[in-house]
Amino acid sequence: METFFSGFHFRESFPLVWDGFQTNLKMMFVAEILVLIWGLVIVVMRVAPGRLGLPLRIIAIAYVDLFRGVPLIVLVILVGFGLPIAGVFPGLDLFWWGVIALTLAYGAYVAEVYRSGIRSVHPSQVAAARSLGLSHTKTMRFVVLPQAVRNVVPALMNDFVSLQKDTALVSVIGLAEGLQNANVYAGNNLNSTSVIGVALCFIVITIPMTRLVDWLLVRDDRRRQAGFA
Amino acid sequence: MSALLGIEGVVKRFGAHEVLSGIDLDVAEGEVICLIGASGSGKSTLLRCINLTEPVTAGRIVLDGRDLTQRGVAVDAVRREIGIVFQSFNLFPHMTVLRNVTLALREVVGQPRAVADERARELLSRIGLEDKCDEYPDRLSGGQQQRVAMVRALALEPKLMLLDEVTSALDPVLVAEVLAMVRELAAGGMTMVIATHEMSFAREIADRVCFLEDGRVVEEGPPEKMFSVPLDPRTQLFLERIIEARRL
Repeated sequence: METFFSGFHFRESFPLVWDGFQTNLKMMFVAEILVLIWGLVIVVMRVAPGRLGLPLRIIAIAYVDLFRGVPLIVLVILVGFGLPIAGVFPGLDLFWWGVIALTLAYGAYVAEVYRSGIRSVHPSQVAAARSLGLSHTKTMRFVVLPQAVRNVVPALMNDFVSLQKDTALVSVIGLAEGLQNANVYAGNNLNSTSVIGVALCFIVITIPMTRLVDWLLVRDDRRRQAGFA
Repeated sequence: MSALLGIEGVVKRFGAHEVLSGIDLDVAEGEVICLIGASGSGKSTLLRCINLTEPVTAGRIVLDGRDLTQRGVAVDAVRREIGIVFQSFNLFPHMTVLRNVTLALREVVGQPRAVADERARELLSRIGLEDKCDEYPDRLSGGQQQRVAMVRALALEPKLMLLDEVTSALDPVLVAEVLAMVRELAAGGMTMVIATHEMSFAREIADRVCFLEDGRVVEEGPPEKMFSVPLDPRTQLFLERIIEARRL
């Protein structure tokens, strides 16, 4: 019991853990914004029309296959250790390498979420927009994407919950974030209470997020029922 | 009268399934054509081919002397000149009524917002919906939505309007207001091709009625003749069934 739930060690370690957790919070925030943008770039390539769009579609498919296929921890190590050694962006802070790794991976997931949203928009909407003379690009921008994004907000939030937890993986490249700090304390004091502390931090962030997703889904159901009534 | 729209030997196949088997039809400027026929006879597909939503398999579509089916035709520019209104309205649910009407004015024609807004308000007030400008489409009745959809197409001042069973999704009590608007358009000289199941309306408004079956124009002529003394036995059979169903 004492190994995991020591009041003394909790009090001793928590300021350190909480301090590190600020880095996680920052990383979540920055990565979530970048992921939304990067995912959009990928999905726009993924749905590029016609023969001219084929190379873009192939690139997007290959990207998603690759980055969804690689375990995130492998990606974090490759990006966080590999790229600096290769001399890319010398002097870039570890924080940013973590953000880049998260964005690359989650961009692939979020692109697929966007794509399911695009598929959920009825083809008659596209027909109506095109019949007014709107180009493919403008049809996407004004008619399809706004509806698509609305339809996938709960799914996006779900991915964000997962992204928030995965900021802890960046500890493997030695960034002084919550888990890293907790681990150091645990090692020095042969007591895991500090790690419980960091677990609590994550729970405090992710549970409200999960409830928010639930609430959005319920609201969505109600709206849909109202729509058919 | 010169033909505004020429449909020449249009064939449309979806895989092995032939929906249009060689349609020939000339539409003069100001003329109102009603396409009648059972569901699946090819009426909607023909309209979709005219505004290039569906590429034709063979044949030509000529608008104002220009062959639209040639390669390299600026499809988006052509669609601006051909308005189409759908059975299911297809308004953009995430935009206000006003924005639905101004979207193409601003993004296709390039009008500044103030100009487009004013034009849209004027058109909407003409059909008595000026107080609905800031509502979202789902707050409107079906008849109102369909009239907004017509205004949305008309805002671009098309040379030709295509109406694809515009009253089929409506409550019977809401049909009249939409038909009244179509009637007004016809009176204003708009060239229209109308696919419809409303036979009495077709009889009243059409300059010419075309009966389609299995992707062919079986018979065409002025409505008095088509509805009273149809020559082709297939037209006779179709109209008999319509009368039995009390739709004429």
